[in-house]
Parts: sequence; structure tokens; C-alpha cells
Amino acid sequence: MDVRGGLRLEGLVKRFAEVEAVAGVDLELPPGKLISFLGPSGCGKTTLLRMIAGLERPTEGRVFLDGEDITDRPPYTRDIGMVFQSLALFPHLTVAGNVGYGLRIRGASREQIATTVEELLKLVSLSGMGGRRIQQLSGGQRQRVATARALALAPRLFLLDEPLSALDANLREGLQVELRLLQQQLGITTIIVTHDQREAMTMSDLVVVMRDGRIEQVGPPLDVYRQPGSPFVAGFIGRTNLLRGAATGDGSVAVAGRPFDVAGGADVAGEVTISVRPESTQLQTDGAGERNTLPGTVVFVRDLGELFECFVDCGIDEHVIVAGSPRDWVPVEQGASVSVRFPAAECVVVSS
Amino acid sequence: MSERERPSAGTYGVLAFPVAMLVVFFLIPFGIMVATSFYHRIPGAFYVPAFELANWQRLFQPVFLDRALFSVWICLLAGAVCIAVAFPFTYFLTRMRRRRHVALLIVVLSALTLSEVIVAFTWYVLLARASGVSNVFVWLGLLDEAVSYQPSFVAVLLGLCYIALPYCVLTLYPQLTRLDPEITEAAQTLGASPWRTFWTVVVPIARPIIVAGFLLVFVFTLGSYIIAAFLGRPEHWTLSVYIVDQASANANVPFAAAMAIFLTLVSLVVVAIVALIGSRIRSVA
Amino acid sequence: MRVFRAVIVTVVVAFLVAPLLVIVVGSVNPSRYLQFPPAGFSLSWYSDLFTDPAWLRSIRYSFTIAAVSAALAVLIALPLAYVLRTYRIRLTPLLYTLGILPFMLPPIISALGMQVFWLSTGHVGRIENVIIAHAIFFSTLPLVSISLAMETMDRALPEAAHTLGADRRTTFRTITLPLLVPSMITGYAAAFVLSLNEYLIAFLVAGFTVETLPVKIVNGLRYGFSPTIAAVAVVFILIAATTFTLFAIFGNLLRFLGADPAILEKNV
Repeated sequence: MDVRGGLRLEGLVKRFAEVEAVAGVDLELPPGKLISFLGPSGCGKTTLLRMIAGLERPTEGRVFLDGEDITDRPPYTRDIGMVFQSLALFPHLTVAGNVGYGLRIRGASREQIATTVEELLKLVSLSGMGGRRIQQLSGGQRQRVATARALALAPRLFLLDEPLSALDANLREGLQVELRLLQQQLGITTIIVTHDQREAMTMSDLVVVMRDGRIEQVGPPLDVYRQPGSPFVAGFIGRTNLLRGAATGDGSVAVAGRPFDVAGGADVAGEVTISVRPESTQLQTDGAGERNTLPGTVVFVRDLGELFECFVDCGIDEHVIVAGSPRDWVPVEQGASVSVRFPAAECVVVSS
Repeated sequence: MSERERPSAGTYGVLAFPVAMLVVFFLIPFGIMVATSFYHRIPGAFYVPAFELANWQRLFQPVFLDRALFSVWICLLAGAVCIAVAFPFTYFLTRMRRRRHVALLIVVLSALTLSEVIVAFTWYVLLARASGVSNVFVWLGLLDEAVSYQPSFVAVLLGLCYIALPYCVLTLYPQLTRLDPEITEAAQTLGASPWRTFWTVVVPIARPIIVAGFLLVFVFTLGSYIIAAFLGRPEHWTLSVYIVDQASANANVPFAAAMAIFLTLVSLVVVAIVALIGSRIRSVA
Repeated sequence: MRVFRAVIVTVVVAFLVAPLLVIVVGSVNPSRYLQFPPAGFSLSWYSDLFTDPAWLRSIRYSFTIAAVSAALAVLIALPLAYVLRTYRIRLTPLLYTLGILPFMLPPIISALGMQVFWLSTGHVGRIENVIIAHAIFFSTLPLVSISLAMETMDRALPEAAHTLGADRRTTFRTITLPLLVPSMITGYAAAFVLSLNEYLIAFLVAGFTVETLPVKIVNGLRYGFSPTIAAVAVVFILIAATTFTLFAIFGNLLRFLGADPAILEKNV
């Protein structure tokens, strides 16, 4: 498939009465990739998607598709396919009626519509279900119909607004993989809005983390995870331990009075926040007093079978979480005195 | 958070037909009626355009005020009786099992579709001497001979209650189905018998809709014509009957118009109150 | 409490049903006069009803007026409900109030207003007068039912149609309108039945030239009881009951009346 679908957003702002849902977004997205807009509810990700679709008019800013300014175009002249959160399947039409709708109103011939519908149903593994009514389908099947309908006109952009939120958890994970494989097969530029960071991590080439109407960070999932740019991103993507300290001037950071070396060195001054993922920490019964350790008392132990978690009170704001696989398990009990080791390479400075 | 679309010129064009119809065939007639209420009536003939307050002054004479007050009184009474009966009825209805629930609703709805004319006619028959209820009383030995119960105050009241009851039930219905059954269950675990629960929990919670239902019946019966005209003597008439009487039998259209405007104002005030209560219910729910 | 419940329910049901029974009995009583107990069983009054040219004319008038005015009522209500719920119009509350005002006010207001209106235009005593008056008066019913349907319709449906290339007109034609059909039918049926039964407007606007069924019944009642009227009443009751039963079977009666679906599940 040819690489069309390069999207550029310039200075997008959307105001509803006094609320600024999108407070200035500049973004350039590569074509042919799967991009997630990720963030908590109210961060503006859905509003941003709807502006790309043409369902909301930006208060300020422009939208460019493959270099063309499409900001003033209504949604029915943009080359997009969209899956809505409620799926928005037409209840009075059959599966085939829904999937073929876009072609029908374009005036395509009956044979053409039938063939295309057939192909699409095969693509989403719903062959032969064309005659069914929407009400007869399961949640997963409806999701696939919505996908097929959006892709029927081979659009340049494929937009999905929390497409899997209405489904059960186990169904969701299977469909995430399916959607991802479909996207890779078609090579179509895809934007998915989600509040589930695991979903974003599973499916995306690129993650756009949003908060309060602005973009916090953009990057491939693993980069965003390993190198969070702020405490917010660090806390939103997976769990993390946030340690506050002060730069000592010689490249290290003093946390609760203990010396810490950090990845990349701390060549800044003043207050510093360090993020360390729980699975990167280590529990020790000795080694107190070494660099990059904090002493503490075990508050709670959680053995989940496939992993264990240990909550340690180290005298800082929040309990430190140590997580690991059963192999690394150091047997400790509630109340035991331990020390937690934070390997320097895993200490990421997220703000200063 | 999707906003409504901005209207285009074509949108207003589409809106033109219904708005024009409503303006031409409702607002303008209403306006003509307002104007007519100031016209001068020629005794024994029709009326001519003028501007005089004679008709409005007549509204405030004791003779008319008396009758107006009576109309208000009988409608308030109908409202009270209807609500007193409809509220427990609807409450029990919403708690019944599906079959009986639906069956009762069909009975109520069927009564709803009877026109006022049919209702007036059937109560006329039911309360008449030759064929009415009194014959049953005679048969039971409670009366010596059959008696006619109409025209009378009670006949009008019964008729008004009959036409208003289904509307009352249907107004109470949506809110009462939303009453969480666990609230009454909680009251009972705290020691209240079903009877006490009803009076100390259900009724207070439902107070706004009880008031709204009462007022709706009031407005509805105030506008009723046939029941009062048929089942009551002139001293039992509602305002609507006086208006029609003036407009057709007496050919005093200007005075009828003045009365009609008066009735409109009373209705609007009551409906506004109900709407206010309604918004208070929504903000609490 | 159980006693209270049984008493209330019985009283209400008896109260609502009693007059119906009386009328049915009266319509098949061969005697011309009211009697209790009835003298026998006869359908002669029904055959009278359907052979008497005066009654037949009234039947024709009533059904014509009902059919046409109900259609006109829907034609008035549909654009109003659709536009007000889809577009941002500043005068929306005012226009919606205008739409429900005729029906909310006592019927005498509309009746007298229309009488005075037609009188002042000199276009008196015609059947169109009644049709238009009924259409305006009953337009509230489809207005409410269609507005409700628009409110509960998934907003995303027309949006999805847009993303699939349908402009506003096509979206209305292929998506919105088909989905509004049930509420349009409900509104039509309600307006139809109410128009059939309506007396005051029909009487004041054209009562002497166009004698609808209710007008004819009331005129007849001035001369006392007549079993033919009872027959008419029974026919009306049957029409209403049939409409309802059809509605209960093909529609979701309880949800239409506003019941909360969750609570209903519990009671089954």
C-alpha cells in the first residue's frame, strides 16, 4: 500500500465555553503507523481526534493531511474512517448494509458493493454474516463490523475512539492484537484514543501522552516507559517509584540524605525527581549504607503467584514498591528491616 | 461533549413551515381572541371592534367570581381525590409482577382513550334512575326505589375524576418505577411495617410528584367541558362550560374571550409551577 | 397493608371498568329505554348505526378529519423536533413551548380562538377548518414522541454517517428518518385517536355543518338516551383497545410510558 496519510496538526486549540479541552497541540505524525493518544479522562484526547475527523471545529489552529489544509472541510469530504466508542452501528441496517453504506451513498453498483463487503467481512473474520441484524451480534462481532465499515472506502486515516472500552477484559486483549495485525497488514495510518496504557503499549508504534489539553510526551512505547519525561508520564505509564531529592553538584543526588547515582548523571542544580520502576529495584536484607540504597521496614507483602510485590516504608512520602518474579524472591515478613537497592542505571531523572 | 451544529439558511427554511403554521393558526387566533375581549357587544346581535373594559370588569363581579371560584373549588377537589387514589394505586402497580402490571396498565390506558363524550355518556347512564347503580342498591335492599344521581355535584366530581385518573396514573408512573425498592426494604429492616414505610418513607420522597400530579389534574379538569355540561346543573359548571355558554348560547363572544384569557392565565401559572417542581425533581434525582 | 392494597386496586379497577360494562350491556339491550336488568340481547342498534345515512356521514367526517389532521400534525412536528434537537437555535425553548402550548392549555382556548379566527376570515363551517384546528392542537403529541426519540438516539449515528461520506441531507434521509419512523407512527396514532374523540373544537369551529361523531352524539344526548349512541361508544372502545393491544404487542409499552427498565427486570 502506498504511504499516504501523513497528518500534521498546527497550534490546535478547542474551547467550550470557559473550558479549554485542547490547549495548544502541535504534532506531526508519520504515515502508515499506529499511534495512540493516551491520557486520563478529560485530557482532551477525544476532542483532538474529533477535530482531526472534522466532527469538531477547532477554535484555533489548522489540520493538514498530506500537506493539504483540511481544517474547514466537513467530515464527509475528508478521507477518513472512524470507529466510535459506542460503535454507532446503524440499527435498521444489516451487517452488510452497515459495511456497504459508504459505497451505497457514493452510488457504487450493487455488484461492486457486494464484492467489497465480502472482502471486508473476510478481512475481519466475519465471512457469511452479511445478512445478520446488528442486534443479533455479540460485542466482539459488533466491534469487527464497525471496523469493516470504517475501512470500506479505503480511507487515508483510520480513527478509533476508545474502540474496545465496551468489551470484557479478555475479549479486549484478543481484539487489541487483531486490530494491530490488521493495521500492519493494510499499512494504514491509524490513531487510537485510549485511557488504558497497557492497550497503548501493546498496539502502538508511537504513543502521544496527553494531559490537561496538552501533549506531555511523544515517543515509541518502550522509550516513553523507560525514559519518562515527567513525573506524570512516569506515573501514568505503568507504576513507578518517584524519589525526590536534591542535586549535590557532583552529578549525584541526595535522596533522604543518602547518595544516589543516576543514569546520565545529574548535571543540574536544585530539586530533582527520580523515577525507578518497581521491577528494577532489589530487596536486600543487608547492604545498608551503600550508595543507591534506602533502609526501611516491610509494610506489606503481596504474593501473586506469577510475581511478588513488597511495600516498604523508607521514610519518604510514599511506600516504595519492590516487584519481581518468584525467582528473585527474598523471603521477608511484615515488619522486617530491609534495604532497597535502586541500581543507578535504572534511576531516571524525570524533572528538575 | 458534542455540540449541536450551527444552523444554515436551509435549516431556517425547514423550520419555516411548522413555525408558520403555529403562528398563523395558534398565535394569531389567540391574538384575535385577546383583541375580541375588548370589543363591544351589541345586545341581541353580534359584536363590533372597540376598546372597552366592560367585559373584563364583568369578570370581577360577584356573580361571576362566585362561579369562577366554584369551578376552581371542584377542580381542586377532583385533584385531591384523584391523587389520593392514584398515588397508592400506581405505587402498588409498579411493584406488581409483570403480567398483572401490564394488564392493569392496559385497563388504565383503555380508560384513557375514551373520549370525554363517551365518559359523560356512560356516567349519565350509570347514575340514571332507570338503569343506574341505584338499581343495584335496591336489589341489595339498601334503597326502597331507584333514584337518579345526576345531574349533581357528585356526578360531576365522579366524571372529572374518571377522565383525570388515567392521566394522573401515567404522570406518577415513570417516577415511581424509579423508586429504588431497596429503600423500602431498608426501612423494613429498621423495623417499619409496610404501612409505616409507605407513609414515612415513600410519600415524603414522592412529595414533589404528588404535588405535580395534583396540579396537573387541576389544570386538566379546569379545561373540561362535556362532563360538567352533562352531569351537572349550571351551579356545577366549570369555567369552560361558561365560556362555551357565553360564546354560543348567548352569542356574547367578547365576554367569552375575556373569560378564556383569564382561564389561560390561571393555567399558565399552574403549569409554570409544575415545571418548576419538575426541575427540582430532576436536580434531586 | 395488604388489605389497603387490595381495596385500592379493586376500587380503581371497578371504577374504571364499570361504565364500560354498562355501555356494552346497554348497546345490546333490545329495548329502547334504559333498563336494569336488561331485557335481552340484540345487535339491532349496531346495524342501525351502520345503515343510518346520518351516522354514516358522521363516521366518514370523523375518520377523514382524524386521518388528515394526524398526518398534518406529524408534518408540523417532524421538522420542528428534528431541527430543534440537531441544531443550535437560539429561540429553541420558545419554539418548543410554542409547539406544546396549544395542547397544554385547556381546549376551549384553541377552540374559541379558532372559531373567532375563521369567523374573521369569513371562511366558516368548512371541514378544512376542523382539520387544521385539530392538526395544530394535536401536533404536540408527535412533537413530544419524535423529540424523545431524537434525544435517545445515539448522537454518534449521524456522525458515523458523516465519516462515511454522507452529507446532512443524505444522513437525514438514510439514517435519521428511518429511525424516527416508530415515534412518528406513535405520534400519528395518538393524534388520530384523540381527533376521533374530540368534541369542543369540532363543535365550535364547524359543528353545524360538519357533524363529527362526538358532536352527533352530544346533539343526540340532548334528547335522552339512545342505544345507538351506546353502540357508537362500544365501537370507539374497541378501536382504542385494539390500537393499544397492537401497540403493546409490537412496541415496548412499558418503556414508552417511561418505566425504568432496570427496576422492571427485578419484578419479573
